Amino acid sequence: MKEIASMHHVTFSYDTEEEGSSLISNKALDDVSFTLYEGQWLAIVGHNGSGKSTLAKLLIGLMFPSSGEVNLFLESLSEENLWEMRSKMGIVFQNPDNQFVGSTVQDDVAFALENNGVPHEMMVKRVHEALEQVKMTDYVNHEPHHLSGGQKQRVAIAGALALQPELLILDEATSMLDPQGREEVIEIVKKLRTEIGLTVVSITHDLEEVLLADRVLVMNEGKVLMTGTPHEIFQQGTELESIGLDLPFALRVSELLRDTGVELQGNHMTEEELVNELWTFHFSK
Amino acid sequence: MLEKMIIGRYIPGNSIVHRMDPRSKLLFVFLFIIAVFLANNVASYAVLLGFTVFVIALARIRPYFLVNGLKPVIFLIAFTLLLHLFFTREGAILFEWKFIKIYEEGLRMGIFISIRFLVLVLITTILTLTTSPISITDGLETLLNPFKKLKLPVHELALMMSISLRFIPTLMDETDKILKAQLARGSDLSTGSIKERVQAVIPLLVPLFVSAFKRAEDLAVAMEVRGYRGGEGRTRFRQLSWQTRDTGVLIAFVILVAVLAWVRK
Repeated sequence: MKEIASMHHVTFSYDTEEEGSSLISNKALDDVSFTLYEGQWLAIVGHNGSGKSTLAKLLIGLMFPSSGEVNLFLESLSEENLWEMRSKMGIVFQNPDNQFVGSTVQDDVAFALENNGVPHEMMVKRVHEALEQVKMTDYVNHEPHHLSGGQKQRVAIAGALALQPELLILDEATSMLDPQGREEVIEIVKKLRTEIGLTVVSITHDLEEVLLADRVLVMNEGKVLMTGTPHEIFQQGTELESIGLDLPFALRVSELLRDTGVELQGNHMTEEELVNELWTFHFSK
Repeated sequence: MLEKMIIGRYIPGNSIVHRMDPRSKLLFVFLFIIAVFLANNVASYAVLLGFTVFVIALARIRPYFLVNGLKPVIFLIAFTLLLHLFFTREGAILFEWKFIKIYEEGLRMGIFISIRFLVLVLITTILTLTTSPISITDGLETLLNPFKKLKLPVHELALMMSISLRFIPTLMDETDKILKAQLARGSDLSTGSIKERVQAVIPLLVPLFVSAFKRAEDLAVAMEVRGYRGGEGRTRFRQLSWQTRDTGVLIAFVILVAVLAWVRK
């Protein structure tokens, strides 16, 4: 398997001036390591201040680590190869409005292509293809204020896809959306994964989104608290709750049911699993 | 709230004027402003007026929008007319009442200057009514391109313009939201002395500015991450295409100037 991104013993500290004007370093990231392979979906979860947004900033080269190494596409990320690296990845940020640069949908999708000097004919083709992938072809000439949050995020994904990236980073991309918009965005990302085998890193505090990932990295106070498949992670329910994460609804319900004496089998990560067990509950007795 | 805005009064349409290249329209308006000063007698002003009416007919714009465009300058036109009426003292006296004397030349000049204003405002209004703001930006960027040699940051200016245009509706929505939030907290914008009303605007402006800065920061990061490094080595998605009709615009201008030169004194 080809390695797409990795971090090796990355530490990052902010210098903050405290009383008596002595410099105190706050470690936002402390000895973080992970490797991401082609075609994987990695979810990075953590509460506010857990260091997950710092991690995202280091991954896209907005900041550089105090120590340790960030590798992208098997090369160490540095000032010199930053722009080349960025042309190989797409990033979708949190606020749908604040990342919409173009005046219409197609202008926005073309923005990254323009920046990378893609010739015009190629650009038209790529913009169209990317909009098709996110099912926004009916909106090419729409202005951003006529779109819903979910649609804007889909345009942002199209803008990333137009570059034909090897890596898609979703930096809290669904956290400002309504449930319907979130559903739209997640559907699109799921579809892209199966269709073109895109490698995805999603940074989130929404544990429902985590269920879709292959691998999960739980961050707390700048450290990697645990890693594993979503299934393994959710075995540690109480620990997740103790660092301020909300467990998925189905998991909470099944836990509460078990507490009141209903003898459920196994763990229920999705609503479907739980419903299936509940309606067959009396048969298995 | 957006509907009340006058910025970007662009009215989409499909007339020949709408479909013209923004460059030819901008160039024409610029040249026309100069050509207007050629007119100096009744015949030449009639030619200018006739030409303007012709353009209005071509653009197929509802007169309502033109009148709206004229509203802000009506006062200015009336003011110049009056200035000329009272202060130009040439020719025969037409009217005399106590200290007010109106001369023939004053009346003539007043009407001429008013027509000049009217024609200029109409032509520029037609430009903004038939050309979307983003096309105007595109046109300006290409037309100003030669000035890059003089270190004029043409690309940056055009980008600033298009981003501002893109964020107007967003910030309008935001203002609306903040306004409602402040009203819900009991702020009163519509009563009180002028001083009180001005003070009531402050709690509206401060959050708006804070959020605008936040947006600017987010946008800058998003642009950087998407590979924006200034105008160098950038290609353009929007392409302008110069058609026969655009050459026609320039020919029409040459004919207009020729006619003006022929009929003027």
